[in-house]
Amino acid sequence: MPTSAPTAHALADVTGSDSTLRRFLHGLPGVDAVGLESRAASLGTRSIKTTAKAYAIDLAISMVDLTTLEGADTPGKVRALGAKAVHPDPTDRTTPTTAAVCVYPDMVAAAKEAVAGSGVKVASVATAFPAGRAALDVKLADVRDAVSAGADEIDMVIDRGAFLSGHFMKVYDEITAVKEACGTSARLKVIFETGELSTYDNIRRASWLGMLAGADFIKTSTGKVAVNATPANTLLMLEAVRDFRAQTGVQIGVKPAGGIRTTKDAIKFLVLVNETAGEDWLDNHWFRFGASSLLNDLLMQRQKLATGRYSGPDYVTVD
Amino acid sequence: MDNTSSLFEYAPAPESRSVVDIAPSYGLFIDGEFTEAADGKVFKTVSPSTEEVLSEIAQAGEADVDRAVKAARKAFEKWSALPGSERAKYLFRIARIIQERSRELAVLETLDNGKPIKETRDADLPLVAAHFFYYAGWADKLDHAGYGAAPRPLGVAGQVIPWNFPLLMLAWKIAPALATGNTVVLKPAETTPLSALFFADICRQAGLPKGVVNILPGYGDAGAALVAHPDVNKVAFTGSTAVGKEIARTVAGTRKKLTLELGGKGANIVFDDAPIDQAVEGIVTGIFFNQGQVCCAGSRLLVQESIQDELLDSLKRRLSTLRLGDPLDKNTDIGAINSAEQLARITALADKGEAEGAERWSPACELPSSGYWFAPTLFTGVTQAHTIARDEIFGPVLSVLSFRTPDEAVAKANNTQYGLSAGIWTEKGSRILAVANKLRAGVVWSNTFNKFDPTSPFGGYKESGFGREGGRHGLEAYLDV
Repeated sequence: MPTSAPTAHALADVTGSDSTLRRFLHGLPGVDAVGLESRAASLGTRSIKTTAKAYAIDLAISMVDLTTLEGADTPGKVRALGAKAVHPDPTDRTTPTTAAVCVYPDMVAAAKEAVAGSGVKVASVATAFPAGRAALDVKLADVRDAVSAGADEIDMVIDRGAFLSGHFMKVYDEITAVKEACGTSARLKVIFETGELSTYDNIRRASWLGMLAGADFIKTSTGKVAVNATPANTLLMLEAVRDFRAQTGVQIGVKPAGGIRTTKDAIKFLVLVNETAGEDWLDNHWFRFGASSLLNDLLMQRQKLATGRYSGPDYVTVD
Repeated sequence: MDNTSSLFEYAPAPESRSVVDIAPSYGLFIDGEFTEAADGKVFKTVSPSTEEVLSEIAQAGEADVDRAVKAARKAFEKWSALPGSERAKYLFRIARIIQERSRELAVLETLDNGKPIKETRDADLPLVAAHFFYYAGWADKLDHAGYGAAPRPLGVAGQVIPWNFPLLMLAWKIAPALATGNTVVLKPAETTPLSALFFADICRQAGLPKGVVNILPGYGDAGAALVAHPDVNKVAFTGSTAVGKEIARTVAGTRKKLTLELGGKGANIVFDDAPIDQAVEGIVTGIFFNQGQVCCAGSRLLVQESIQDELLDSLKRRLSTLRLGDPLDKNTDIGAINSAEQLARITALADKGEAEGAERWSPACELPSSGYWFAPTLFTGVTQAHTIARDEIFGPVLSVLSFRTPDEAVAKANNTQYGLSAGIWTEKGSRILAVANKLRAGVVWSNTFNKFDPTSPFGGYKESGFGREGGRHGLEAYLDV
């Protein structure tokens, strides 16, 4: 990072019009898919053991956005999830809390109540999640609804159709509008649905577009499509936030979501963070895991380290 | 979280040494038996990362060379008369045994050479097995290799290999020689004889007929005797250009066939439209793979002036994440330099770079107290006139030069006495093809570096040598064509 970081205004002029924005996004360095994936794979071979593993497991637990995004969600289900976020392992109170619980907007109030006083945040997927196919007014109403119910974080999806057809300004404007609706109380996570963006060049462009528009976090995916977070797309987004901070001095968080199920996988992602963006991103203000089944594996591995024995799925809670 | 104040320090993750059993002493491998040197001489091989003596090795002299060549000559009759499919069986068997013993061999190679286990495990050993598999496949198809019907083997091959990839260079030499029906006398380098001796054991395990492969650990004098031996039909050498020239003089005027794979000063050219993050990885792979002790290393970085600052910032940041230390640790990226002599050569050349006015930079990096170590080093402000831009350093030292136009990049890349490898980084396909066609180098990688495959021929232009190893082309060096 340069010693005298320029301010965010250094890039203000690129968002002046559709054409300046397009020129800027297309002027970003390309991504070589083979090289990117081989770098991600080589970082995946780091051997993390003993003290480093114990540290990584606790760190990963503290970064989990414990999520329930089902049509069948009820306040009871959300309360159970909140209780788990606050005390992930009822048998061991030294277990860190998760970072947040992530719910649909109509469940925010219930979630808020469930985690009250614990420091666990409530995140909500607004903006017509997961497809994002609604009018901007509807999306903004969705966001305001969640924010007024007390959401600390808003996870918004971008309009992938607009992005893929080259209407970058439309995407930019939507993000800035949602950011405004978040006000000062909620942080904004922008979800690109990288599986639908299809190319790594698109993912890098989307990352910069999101950051320019005021995202506090950039997030890979909804968890609702075939390809979600991968080591490669997360590595790419980590490069983007690293470069963005070097250019603007502004630090942005990263959240891979969907498909991260095991402790081994989670540790690989932490290695990516450590060796790409750096240790400044190694806490739950700057890095999150969007995952629901990951937490139990982390807890079982944690119990294994503490006791020397593997327990089993009945030694952790089901929700 | 409360306890996040400590950093994410990786705990040591050393690979176990117990998978390899190194005997206190080893003999020469002649005619299927381990034997002492005729004059009883021995030398010690040490672990470069700790200076620990690993074993005592019989040191081959002229008389031993003669014995070995005679054994190989005798074995040649039967070996060359075998149908190709029979020779293939032996080679396939060797390849499978190498795979089965790959963990043992990886640890052994790391101990004896000093390179990280990550590289021996993930690069060297898979390639060693792949070379034997690949040439096993050719053994019964020589009629169709494009060298005429029923091409004949040459006879006894005298092979001298270096210490940077001890087992891989052995595979590059022995696999095509055996596949084509030649027999072999091979001299490994004096600092890394162990894996070749373990290979001798693998030959026995595979039931390879006696005398087909002979291994003679020793110094340059043994290599010279082997090259000069009148009953050797083919000489293959990988190593320094100076020794290569000497060998060429020795062989000149004889009927021996010769291939030389010598030094290099590869240019790694980064254009302004390159995928920067991947180019940085490629630069790191290009010069810091095996501590830069690679003849085809991308030791000259040619970067387009318009992106020079940005690229160098990225590169320096990346170098700061390299992990140097115990080569047996699975998380180690940079291991030890192979020997005290090599460390002295690297140190002297790097000092010369500084004395000539180039700017030296290394990441903050603690070197272990014993063993031979050199921190990854970057020189900026280098010009074609600097010694470090011309001489092969054979260590983790990168010289950075800049250019403004593609023509200038090509001119600078080619302005060297060597011609082994080059790299091109650009997102523009047409530029890759246009520039690659103008580079005088045996291998040109594009948007990658230091990638090897048995199917791909490898060799040099100019003082980097002649002849090709690997691929179908690699057969020619061992056939009477």
